[in-house]
Amino acid sequence: MNYTFQFGVALQQLPGLLQGAIVTFELGLLTFWGGALIGLLGASLKTFGGPVLRRFAGAYVIFFTNTPALIQIYFLYYGLPDFGIRWDPFTCTLIGLTLNAGAYLTEIMRAGFISVHRHEMEAAETLGMSLWQQIRFVIVPHIAKTIYPALANFFVVILVMGTSVGAVIGVNELTGQAINISTENYRWIEMFVVVAGIYVVLTLIASLSLALVGRWAFRVKAKIF
Amino acid sequence: MLTEILHQVPRFFSGGHLLLLFQAMGMTLALTAIGCVTGFLVAFLLVLLRRSPGIWALPFKIVAILYVEIFRRIPFLVVTYLVLFFIQAFVSDASLFTIAVVAICIYAIAYTAEIIRGGLDSVARQQVEAATAMNFSRWQTLMRVILPQAWAVILPPAVAFMVGFIKDTALVSQVGVFELTFRGKELNNEGFSGVLVFGTIALLYFAMSYPLSRCGGWLERRLASPRSQRSHQRLRPT
Amino acid sequence: MHHLEVKDLTSAYGQLSVLKGVNLGLSKGEVVALIGPSGSGKSTVLRVLMGLTPPTGGQVLIDGTPVDYRKAASVRAARDRMAIVFQQYNLFQNMDVLRNVTIAPVKIKGRARREVEAEAERLLAKVGLAEKHHAYPDELSGGQQQRVAIARALALRPEILLLDEVTSALDPELVNEVLDTIRGLAAEGMTMLIVSHEMAFVREVASKVVMMDKGLVVEEGPPKQIFDSPQTDRAREFVGKILRH
Repeated sequence: MNYTFQFGVALQQLPGLLQGAIVTFELGLLTFWGGALIGLLGASLKTFGGPVLRRFAGAYVIFFTNTPALIQIYFLYYGLPDFGIRWDPFTCTLIGLTLNAGAYLTEIMRAGFISVHRHEMEAAETLGMSLWQQIRFVIVPHIAKTIYPALANFFVVILVMGTSVGAVIGVNELTGQAINISTENYRWIEMFVVVAGIYVVLTLIASLSLALVGRWAFRVKAKIF
Repeated sequence: MLTEILHQVPRFFSGGHLLLLFQAMGMTLALTAIGCVTGFLVAFLLVLLRRSPGIWALPFKIVAILYVEIFRRIPFLVVTYLVLFFIQAFVSDASLFTIAVVAICIYAIAYTAEIIRGGLDSVARQQVEAATAMNFSRWQTLMRVILPQAWAVILPPAVAFMVGFIKDTALVSQVGVFELTFRGKELNNEGFSGVLVFGTIALLYFAMSYPLSRCGGWLERRLASPRSQRSHQRLRPT
Repeated sequence: MHHLEVKDLTSAYGQLSVLKGVNLGLSKGEVVALIGPSGSGKSTVLRVLMGLTPPTGGQVLIDGTPVDYRKAASVRAARDRMAIVFQQYNLFQNMDVLRNVTIAPVKIKGRARREVEAEAERLLAKVGLAEKHHAYPDELSGGQQQRVAIARALALRPEILLLDEVTSALDPELVNEVLDTIRGLAAEGMTMLIVSHEMAFVREVASKVVMMDKGLVVEEGPPKQIFDSPQTDRAREFVGKILRH
């Protein structure tokens, strides 16, 4: 093997890579919250909706969880221009990932919905709460604790697996930056090893913070109830 | 715009293209199957090493833990690129298929190792102690007591992972393997509408993923049932 | 010479000392009961004997031969001569009753399957489970599972039987069926070391009662002494509390 490692060069590029990491985080956060809203809606439809709405939500979930996120993004990036809609890579990735995440989050939220006992919902109903109010004041606080681990884990998954997909169409998140810089300095192996390391650190920080927030939030929640 | 797409349909669904697409589907399935199954087997060995007592196993234990914790936190795309660069640095004419399989393998090992470990640990320690007290060797305890019970806990999530991986193979298109997504990009580059191409590709992935995931669900129900069927016939204490 | 002898046995878990120098002796055919409060180390003594928990000092002798728990061969030899029945029965959930009983004699001790199965059927009949050969553990009540566990231990043809609180996990109405089985074994002359909370039973079946507290033997003697006229304060306190039930 006639290749001399030059990690120094790669480490010099850290600022550029960290910029990519910021984009990764942005993408992850936006995707997660967007997906969570979709998930809440989807879970509501699936639990409380009439047969048509339930079927629709179900089809959405089944379709988006059985097709690759990359293809969903390609469809937006290469398909929409046929109809005159040209979104930039970041937007395509964001929307594609959000729709994808929404499907998985629908199932996570639905599991939480199901765990709420009928009695609590009925009690809230007799108190005059509308369905939306019931969801907001009875279900969400109740399940927030139980599905928090699943949500936290899913966020880290989006961060790690989801966002890197954007690099394929040129989004400057962490992996994308690694590609950009490597095409200039030809230090592919070193760059990607460093990037792998950054991903590990990033996800560890995210997991740890979420775990700590979870512990803090639980205690606060307990006091309120 | 829609009419233009409809014009492309007959050309798109020509015999030659269809053949190409089905071959690509085969490639996707082959990559998934070979990579995940190999990964599972290697992960199994890794977990056995990790559970071995004795000082000699300590370095293996550390490596096993580090490996799983690290590779579960790196995106598959990055893993694929790393495998590509590393292999090409040593073996410049390695086939892209091999590189993709190795990448899938490495990724699958990290994920299935946790599933396997959970499954083996799920067998109550007390049964293992009873076996030990009766002079079962570690291997005999594993084969006769732990594994028969661990399978039911390991298989459903492991199968779910493998079926789910069919979608993740889309990423190896980036290194030029002739799987489904790669063919899709080719067809798009030839001028076919993105909606037509990627809509079809999406449906083809769906056709592979959905039925298999239903099978996985069936498997999970079947593995859960014999025991619960028997408990429902629990006899009254005499 | 004692059949089983324990001298100054110590066992520690990190900094926590569980056994601080236990002394015990069982003659052939003797039934010795270990009593004492939770955490006194009674179960640990049995676990150390079977090699499930390592000892940190002291000696264990079977027929005068010391057991070296650091050597696998010595531990295996000791396990060949003893059998243990656990509080939670610890049956193999993936095997039916017959297989649970026969697997060790056939696969570990290498005896002929047909011979072992015949003996297993005898043993299962003896513990009152003649028709349950092909039942699985999760189809049986606790009392039945415990009796299978006893049959499983007996199928190993042990010289010494260790019973670790074998009735503690059972509903009260199931306790007697297990005690009857043990009573029978005592009458047949099996050397047994029983850890139990069932004081009436202990009094009836044991020839010697050993009371432990905080990892040490506090007092030992015939049941009449321990229960009616304990010599030490600690024993008096313990017996007073439990007999008040």
